[in-house]
Amino acid sequence: MNKATLIALKTLTWIACLYPLGVLIYGAVSDPVNGLGPDPTGRIEFSTGLAALHLLVISLAITPLRKLSPRLSFLIKFRRLLGLFAFFYASIHLIAYIGLYAGFDTNTILQDVAKRRFITVGVLAWLLLVPLALTSTTGAMKRLGGKRWNQLHKLVYVAVCLGILHYWWQVKAGVTTPLGITLAMAALFVARPVLDWWKAKKAARLRTA
Amino acid sequence: MLIRKPDPISGSNIPSSEITPKDKWMNRRNFIAAAAATGAAALGVERVGEILAPSRAVHAETKLQTVKSPITTTGEELTSFQDITHYNNFYEFGENKSDPAQNAGVLPTRPWTVKISGLVKTPKTFDIDALLKLRPLEDRTYRFRCVEGWSMVVPWVGYSLSELIKQCDPLSSAKYVHFLSYYNGKVEKWAPFGYNWPYSEGLRMDEAMNPLTLLTMGLYGEELPKQDGAPVRIIVPWKYGFKSAKSIVEIKVVEKQPHTTWNDAASNEYGFYSNVNPNVDHPRWSQKTERVIGKPFYAQRRPTLMFNGYGDFVASLYNGMDLRKYY
Repeated sequence: MNKATLIALKTLTWIACLYPLGVLIYGAVSDPVNGLGPDPTGRIEFSTGLAALHLLVISLAITPLRKLSPRLSFLIKFRRLLGLFAFFYASIHLIAYIGLYAGFDTNTILQDVAKRRFITVGVLAWLLLVPLALTSTTGAMKRLGGKRWNQLHKLVYVAVCLGILHYWWQVKAGVTTPLGITLAMAALFVARPVLDWWKAKKAARLRTA
Repeated sequence: MLIRKPDPISGSNIPSSEITPKDKWMNRRNFIAAAAATGAAALGVERVGEILAPSRAVHAETKLQTVKSPITTTGEELTSFQDITHYNNFYEFGENKSDPAQNAGVLPTRPWTVKISGLVKTPKTFDIDALLKLRPLEDRTYRFRCVEGWSMVVPWVGYSLSELIKQCDPLSSAKYVHFLSYYNGKVEKWAPFGYNWPYSEGLRMDEAMNPLTLLTMGLYGEELPKQDGAPVRIIVPWKYGFKSAKSIVEIKVVEKQPHTTWNDAASNEYGFYSNVNPNVDHPRWSQKTERVIGKPFYAQRRPTLMFNGYGDFVASLYNGMDLRKYY
């Protein structure tokens, strides 16, 4: 892939990643009263949480996609960007909770984290993302060494699962909106072993031929 | 059709400074529709017509003759007609807040009857037009608090439910009132699986006969829009919103506590009483505060009041009861 194409694709990725935030800012600025709909607090919380989950799942789709064809190997150049944007949205989501739901009240926050399981797992998911964001630089990767860095970054799977659990535990009984992202994540979990098996079979066939 | 009326909530004793003039909120609806159309055109979105006139069919906009109410809430800023009619929980028409405004147009509200049966001396069936004329229709503004943690202030139109129940002479054995909403799976095809349809709610007899409990047929001086429970619903302002059943077709006076739809779905979250109570948390969130609908995000939060601020009228109904146990 040439440099111009890569820059163009990265620009598009930035635009796509900033889109959910752009919609919120546009709504809040264009019409301070109703620009974000009847319940702006709920809207901000929902759209940032959903953006974080979507970006995490997309970032986790990159490795399976690369296994499909060597021509897709360039996708690795986008993974850090997607992961960091996911952390960015998860952080806005957390700050919005602290400010708009808990009113910056430490007691309320502590009680919520202790008593409400959806908040407990949500905060836990965010905490797991922190070391991943901090070690996302090339320097940190070198200092840790590829193997240890890889092991550490396996935590992202735990974080996504907690994030999805947080979504299920937040909605009412009977509501199935988190189903889509759950199935997408399940497909990714299945994709890895299936793709490995498929590659091994292809390699074996090449050897015997 | 936009009909300009000089005084949309005539007769109400809300200070005029606190009423959003109707032409203003109507203008805002036009502005929003125009903005939506521009945006839709720019994005090449289909169904522009639907965005332009999202619920024209849903708003019958039939003006009602109303009188001043001796019991109405003053000193609160009314939630806009736009928000009251576009932020609804009415699961028979879909689970998203915007679904009922889109889908409730198919609800057949004429002809409509309400059957009153059970432990009454004279069971009766009332036509909706008879209900509209049974007693003078009062403008009654109430705070409305949803169990989900949001709230509105709504200028309803109706009269006390007790006026209707008295018409049928309840027997002394009557302990509860059971409300059943309209349900037809062919009409309300959005109703999700896993719930006990038709929507069922109930009140204790003394709660139902409390003058605050409103048999509601209008909103902002006009007939109730379909997404808000047309043509007739109840409003129980000191309880969480789901207790206020919409589009009622049957009222049964009974001896045993009736089953209720949300209690059937998740009994640990939605009790039979469900009085607004900042001291009893919902399992998934605190009920100490609420988000006022239609305010900017930095100004939405406000403290929730015990019995939604109606304790003077209703606290005595629960004397000696442990409201943590009977949540």
